Amino acid sequence: MIRFLHQEREVAIEDLAADTTILDYLREHRGLTGTKEGCASGDCGACTVVIAKASDDGLQYSPVNACIAPLGSIHGTQLISVEDLKDGAAWHPVQRAMIECHASQCGFCTPGFVMSMFALYHSHRTCEREDILEALGGNLCRCTGYRPIIDAAEQALGDVQVDKFSRRAQATLDQLRALLDTESETAALESAHSHYFRPRDAAQVAELLQQYPDARLVAGGTDLFLENTQSLTPLPVLIDLSAATELHSIDCDADAIRLGAAVTHRACQQAVLSDYPELAELIERFGSLQIRSQGTVAGNIANASPIGDWPPVLLALGGAIALQSNAGVREIPLDDFFLDYRKTALQAGEFIATVILPRRKGSLFLRAYKISKRFEDDISSVCAVFALTLDGDRITQARVAFGGMAAIPRRAPALESALTDVELSSVDMDELAAAIAQDFQPIDDARATANYRLTVAARLLTRLQQEYIGKAATRAHPLGANQAGASAHG
Amino acid sequence: MDKPVRKPDSPLGSAGQGVAHESAAKHVSGEAIYIDDMRAPLGTLHAYVGLSDMAHGVVSGMSLAAVRNAPGVVDVITRDDVPGIIDIGPVFPGDPLMVGVGDTVEFHGQVLFAVAATNYAAARRAARLAKIEYTPLPACLSIEDGLAAQSFVRPAHYQRRGDAGGALSKADHRLQGELQIGGQEQMYLEGQASLCVPEEDGGMLVYSSTQNPTEGQKLVAEVLGVDLHQVTVDTRRMGGAFGGKETHANQWACLAAILARRSGRAVKLRLARADDMRATGKRHHFLSRYDVGFDDQGRIQALDLMLAGGCGMSPDLSDAIVDRAMFHSDNAYYLPDVAVAGHRVKTHTVSNTAFRGFGGPQGMVAIEDIIDAIARERGLDPLDVRKTNLYSAAAGRNTTHYGQEIEQEVLPLLIDRLETTSDYRARRQTIRDFNASNPVLRRGLALTPVKFGISFTVQHLNQAGALIHVYTDGSIQLNHGGTEMGQGLYTKVAQVVAEELQVDIAHIRCTSTRTDKVPNTSPTAASSGSDINGMAALAAARKIRKRLTDFACEHFAVSKESVQFSPNRVTVDHRVFSFAEFVNLAYHHRISLSATGFYRTPKIHYDRETATGRPFYYFANGAAVSEVLVDTLTGEYRVERVDICHDVGNSLNPAIDIGQIEGGFIQGMGWLTSEELAWDDNGRLTTVGPATYKIPAIGDTPPQFNVELLPDSPNAEATIFRSKAVGEPPLMLAISVWSAIRDAVSSLADYRVHPKLDTPATPERVLMACEALRQASR
Repeated sequence: MIRFLHQEREVAIEDLAADTTILDYLREHRGLTGTKEGCASGDCGACTVVIAKASDDGLQYSPVNACIAPLGSIHGTQLISVEDLKDGAAWHPVQRAMIECHASQCGFCTPGFVMSMFALYHSHRTCEREDILEALGGNLCRCTGYRPIIDAAEQALGDVQVDKFSRRAQATLDQLRALLDTESETAALESAHSHYFRPRDAAQVAELLQQYPDARLVAGGTDLFLENTQSLTPLPVLIDLSAATELHSIDCDADAIRLGAAVTHRACQQAVLSDYPELAELIERFGSLQIRSQGTVAGNIANASPIGDWPPVLLALGGAIALQSNAGVREIPLDDFFLDYRKTALQAGEFIATVILPRRKGSLFLRAYKISKRFEDDISSVCAVFALTLDGDRITQARVAFGGMAAIPRRAPALESALTDVELSSVDMDELAAAIAQDFQPIDDARATANYRLTVAARLLTRLQQEYIGKAATRAHPLGANQAGASAHG
Repeated sequence: MDKPVRKPDSPLGSAGQGVAHESAAKHVSGEAIYIDDMRAPLGTLHAYVGLSDMAHGVVSGMSLAAVRNAPGVVDVITRDDVPGIIDIGPVFPGDPLMVGVGDTVEFHGQVLFAVAATNYAAARRAARLAKIEYTPLPACLSIEDGLAAQSFVRPAHYQRRGDAGGALSKADHRLQGELQIGGQEQMYLEGQASLCVPEEDGGMLVYSSTQNPTEGQKLVAEVLGVDLHQVTVDTRRMGGAFGGKETHANQWACLAAILARRSGRAVKLRLARADDMRATGKRHHFLSRYDVGFDDQGRIQALDLMLAGGCGMSPDLSDAIVDRAMFHSDNAYYLPDVAVAGHRVKTHTVSNTAFRGFGGPQGMVAIEDIIDAIARERGLDPLDVRKTNLYSAAAGRNTTHYGQEIEQEVLPLLIDRLETTSDYRARRQTIRDFNASNPVLRRGLALTPVKFGISFTVQHLNQAGALIHVYTDGSIQLNHGGTEMGQGLYTKVAQVVAEELQVDIAHIRCTSTRTDKVPNTSPTAASSGSDINGMAALAAARKIRKRLTDFACEHFAVSKESVQFSPNRVTVDHRVFSFAEFVNLAYHHRISLSATGFYRTPKIHYDRETATGRPFYYFANGAAVSEVLVDTLTGEYRVERVDICHDVGNSLNPAIDIGQIEGGFIQGMGWLTSEELAWDDNGRLTTVGPATYKIPAIGDTPPQFNVELLPDSPNAEATIFRSKAVGEPPLMLAISVWSAIRDAVSSLADYRVHPKLDTPATPERVLMACEALRQASR
């Protein structure tokens, strides 16, 4: 059974199919149709709802794409949809601002925008325009051109008032903690031939995997649930990693930053950036805020997509993963994980328990470049991460990894060897670029041609050198310019 | 301008006020009902479609047993189960409702059968269980292949003035070129959907997300084999349409209607995003080829232009779309000796259809490319070349290549104004200095104008009807033939009625567009919505006002001049009534408080034989200045600042008009930059969702985005309160972004080389253009 709060009441559900999404629940089971389906793939944000969780700092509000979020994952949280915002007859400030700024036209995307804005309203942050753009980057509007939506957000967030949610915060926290305390069964949703499990620790995960060899692991669901909504593949047995407390841990010691399998992109941001501030732009451009709030680093590795953005980072930085099963835990370098297109070294009964990122060492020059058609919420045509160890101007070790260039994310051995033992400020990058074509034979697809992938990868070497030399702002993206300017060499 | 302000002596929300969209409160609360949100009748079935996975081939076998036996399936239909006509081509035949065994499929994603099941997931899963056999035929997938094979959906059309060939041979300078102009997916956030409810007497009530309820009614009746009076189509609102629901909403309503008729149950058909993108038409991609002659100042002396539109597999609306591209291949420029050829190329891809601008944008992109090429060749600022070529009555250069005189010369002053307000010349210099000292990042600047013809080029569509009921408490129901897709039409038409009857807009309720209230309507398209429906509603409101006035004269024995309508009041001599009191009084004296109104656009005509006439009642005008920053190492870019001045005549609602301008601009920017459709070698669309098809996101909004409505510019034609149409024209303002990108790239070769940059100008195409110019200047 799962229990959660909805419209201030406790809801208990047991008998729905394991692959029921939050959107299915709201629209089909509750007849609440304010939350819309625009794409059913987490790319448009029309289905955005907000999940409030109890944390040590009080309630944390996260925007979530309801179309690909498993209902089973919201145990112990408060589900808030657009119907819930009004306080009696009074508009919520974000709704009022949207009306006053003429920020809706056809209105279909509007509930999603309202909810993303509502989550930001409860983020306890002062909001600059950049924060607003980041918070709303996963919501598409086809009518307005966004200007009035930005105005509405600035209006609402410029004057944050106590709303009915903050007024009830303590009561909500108490309710949520009580719900979490009652959790005892591992089986959360049970119906004929369908099970949604919420194991409490990693050992239970391994146990269940042994018991249900065909089970699928789910954490955020941001990739897995596309099989449900796009390929129409039923997901009858799901094991949710996010209920296991230990899999949420972020541990830093002298050697490594260890991210549990349920750590979301958003949750690890601070830990990763404190060692590697150069990754700020890449992380900010990873999906949308909704996706970063739901999806996990481990999931981005486990799905073995050639275009995930975490694998090139971890490959370049010498990352590793801990694989766990009933037989125990083994740690392998990420280099050994990806075998072929969507094929990994993961064995039956195994799951990624921990992602291991080494701590920053020595004189490192790090750059991560993401090339895509659209700046926000897009998948990389090419993702390139350069981790160069320097002795003065000389590159003593080069680890370079690419996404989007091969059937798997992988390193560039010829380029790495060409970069080793050269002077970074003076080497002729155009000559070195030939090594890229030795390393990769990319393909044409909907995102880019092979020719562009190879050409832009070569030009990124020039960029790398120019940024090292300190030629100021060389990037068209303001975020990129700031980041390149702010980070030190080494 | 943002807040509704009561004008002195005007009712709240009357014409000219920036009142909120009539559904704004329902949008933000989630209470606005779209088709899939409706409370469906008990036992409603869910329908889905089986689509072809071959671009061209004869269907030799269709095994549907697994579909029929799938869990939850109630019915499966094929071509042979259609009771009435099978071809639902809206203007010309060519669009089979379903392709049956022995028939030929002509695009990847064409409907082969439909299934009804007890729930949506069951219907979708069942639809994938069919086994289809094909005898493949060679597929023609590109405009070039279609031209080579002389494969057309309709005959070509030609517009000529003077002797283009002769003038070209005598021209001072000459350039030839070619441009590929990409298509565009409408990407309305609400996908195609309809819900059909069977009624008694063989009737069918169809709730459809459509821009064209009347055509939906006609086609549902025809496929069912019943008369039009047995079918009612109801459209309250669409979650976006942009032309994609003008004809391409019909098929889903027709299929659901047949399944509803057979089962006796309500049937809903809603396409999932990927199938919506595969199975419905997009903006036409075009190929343009030109040969242009010009003088030292860049003044065009002669032009030979070929425009070939990729129509896909059927005519649909392509004849009118390619025509409109031709009508706009002058944009704002006088073309002395000119020949324009418009080809309607057939390919084995989905039939392309209406999309905001309807061919106009493609024609304008073609001529703006030519203008930029001339400027580079002459070493002139493209703005000066644009100004040199503008239509000008004073110079006797004010007749289009199809013979329509430019009666309202708005653009020269509008462009001067924008040039000043945007600080164009100073920024041009700053940008040149910036580019001279930056090897990698380059800025670009461009000002481009828009002159867009307003009216359906199919003459009979320029008509509209409205229906107004005044109730005895003074509240009013308003209905008209236009549909609401977010553009604010219901709001504007209500403002017209508020103005005419002098009541606050809060007393007026717009009810859903229904074929049983206002019949025989035209699609809400061609930017015509408020022009024609506003006039029809005005006519209806005038009838009621006249009846009330006549009644007052008779009842109180006063002259007409003694009867005054003021905000929410009717004054008869010294007697003051509230509007409600007065209509109640009229009711008790048996005065009809319900009226219809009708409008047809005057003056317009076009003779296809001579390719001349006045196809447009008037032109809407505007101009935009865009500044971009291009990363010449990767081809990525940002739009940093946009200044727009746009002519909406006397605005009916400035807030809504600005929304149309900004939204149209960003949509046009998407078309020309990040929105790229891709097909594989088998003709299968590979960009089938927002993960791969990238419309602008919020961060693409220019940080500086200044929009001005051209002040003091009433329409010289007697349009509704002297306003001008605004739906489509602003989309083409975004051509300035594409032009600015090319301006930045051309700086790599000291502005003397015109970069070839097909659209959309993705980072990939921009990088390749940069590389080409670097090569050229080495």
